[in-house]
Amino acid sequence: MGKPGKEQMIEFYRQMLRIRRAEEKLMEVFSAGEILGFLHVSIGQEAAPVGVCAHLRDDDYIGTTHRGHGYAIAKGIDLKRAMAELFGRKDGYCMGRSGSMHLADLSKGIMGANGIVGGGIPIVTGAGFAAKYKGTDQVAVATFGDGATNQGTFHESLNLASVLNLPVIFLCENNGWAEFSPRPVHAKIENLADRAASYGMPGVIVPNDVVEIYEACGEAVERARRGGGPTLIEVKCDRWYGHYVGDAQKYRGKEKVDEAMAKDCIKEFEARLLKEKILKPADVEKMQADIAAELAEAVDFARRCPYPEPEDMAVGLYV
Amino acid sequence: MKDIRYIFAIKEAMEEEMERDERVFLIGEDVGLAGGSFGASRDLFKKFGPRRVVDTPISEAGLTSMAAGAASCGLRPIVEIMFMDFVTCAMDSIVNQIAKMRYMFGNQYTMPIVVRMPEGAGLNAGPQHSQCLEAWFAHVPGLKVVMAATPYDVKGLLKSAIRDDNPVVFIENKTLHAMKGRVPEGTDHLIPLGKADVKRQGSDVTVVAVSRLVNEALQAASDLEKDGVSVEVIDLMTVQPWDKEAVFNSVGKTHRLVIAHEAVKPFGIGAEIAATVAEELLDELDAPIMRVGAPFVPIHYSLEKAYVPGSRDVKNAVLATLQRA
Repeated sequence: MGKPGKEQMIEFYRQMLRIRRAEEKLMEVFSAGEILGFLHVSIGQEAAPVGVCAHLRDDDYIGTTHRGHGYAIAKGIDLKRAMAELFGRKDGYCMGRSGSMHLADLSKGIMGANGIVGGGIPIVTGAGFAAKYKGTDQVAVATFGDGATNQGTFHESLNLASVLNLPVIFLCENNGWAEFSPRPVHAKIENLADRAASYGMPGVIVPNDVVEIYEACGEAVERARRGGGPTLIEVKCDRWYGHYVGDAQKYRGKEKVDEAMAKDCIKEFEARLLKEKILKPADVEKMQADIAAELAEAVDFARRCPYPEPEDMAVGLYV
Repeated sequence: MKDIRYIFAIKEAMEEEMERDERVFLIGEDVGLAGGSFGASRDLFKKFGPRRVVDTPISEAGLTSMAAGAASCGLRPIVEIMFMDFVTCAMDSIVNQIAKMRYMFGNQYTMPIVVRMPEGAGLNAGPQHSQCLEAWFAHVPGLKVVMAATPYDVKGLLKSAIRDDNPVVFIENKTLHAMKGRVPEGTDHLIPLGKADVKRQGSDVTVVAVSRLVNEALQAASDLEKDGVSVEVIDLMTVQPWDKEAVFNSVGKTHRLVIAHEAVKPFGIGAEIAATVAEELLDELDAPIMRVGAPFVPIHYSLEKAYVPGSRDVKNAVLATLQRA
């Protein structure tokens, strides 16, 4: 797989920025009451989705969590229809039935975000099973947080993927928090990738750096494609806005939150690209403007979409 | 027609559908090398190999959701859960995932998966190996729930379930595994889901039953015939969606209704059927609706015979509807 080229580095930056700006926009419209229910953002954790999705084709599968906007965007979801879904509108991906927590676009291999912590891991393992069954070289990526690694489904899935030698990448974003509980409350070990050893698969630890994630995922994806089986990758990252938007994080304290926000995977990467003259400040400005326009258009689309009608409620429940 | 056992009819249904459709595969604990804990997949491993008859670790939650993931990618899994009691380990998979994946993802998916499991007492296997939990699944929008009482039915219903594009919880019964019965020759025997079967015509009382209690109801009906009571026995076969029309037609004729299942009586499927008839057909009733079900305690190991409802309970319920007219 090797190292990313200049064009690719620029694309990494652009995609991370798109995710960041999209989620900032979501926070804005959520606070204004235009989005219902819960909103979980992945701000500060944009490197993992971009690093892994750079290796995936449309026919590869990815499963996400309640904190899954980043992966959906990096895998190519249409922002207009995604925004319409979050606005609960009829033309959203899920017909306005599901909102943020279940974004899916099967045509792009985005199997759907799961509201049950750990619930999606075995489903994505099943996509890997299907790929092997059909004899294709597709891969499946299960994404989840550190909290999910204490669910039975995590352990069962790693064991199943290992025993059946499935083309699955288990990508854990260890942001240090399982909802409102820090890692020492929910795991005795510091490195969750150590758990891979129990299932006879490689366990890899990477920092919250898009290039390092890209390289680690490249190796895992390549191994999976050639029938070499699953890998567990742990990304060491941090969570900026708590469990959900509106979480005051009193259990953590402002100082610690500020500390987390000081380490920004996008800012750091931007500084590197500017320093290495891969990007010019004018490029950044242009990108920011393009993304802002794209998001404004998506929000506008969502606002104009009708809500589903009550008589649409049960449409398609059974085939 | 040929005479075969219920368990063999299950095997034939799976074998024929696997031959017919390359996307169909069987997955579960001990389904391969061991041929299934009750022998439902005997010889299938030899015939289809480990790719299509997949032995798994003891991981009901993981393997059921894994099969769901495969179904969402175009395969048609049959999951075997060894005892119905063990499906409780896979409730997230069935209730939160399988039942909802099509709906909550805006109909992007179909979920053609069959989750097979044997329910019921009969082996003195105690509180965690004998339960009847069909009502749990019938309560979840998105699932179909099927129960088979004879070799003829189990084969035709299972083949239809495998061909159905909706998720089906397919409930077998352990005491029926050895039951012999007539099954059509050939591979075209299909019984539509959602339709009940009038197993016996009668004019005085309607008994709606499922699974083993269908056979108990038939026994009760033939006993009662000697006393001059004519009982109509309806085998619901599909519990969700249930065939309201067949039940209403029968009640419209007999004006008396008994519902019989092995599951505990409170909040069982009998409650739903009774409530629906009371809501929509009360004027047709000449007597209160009676329910037959197990007592509201976990299944007892040594008192199993006293615990499970049988033909005598059905008979008493029928007589009660006649006395209270």
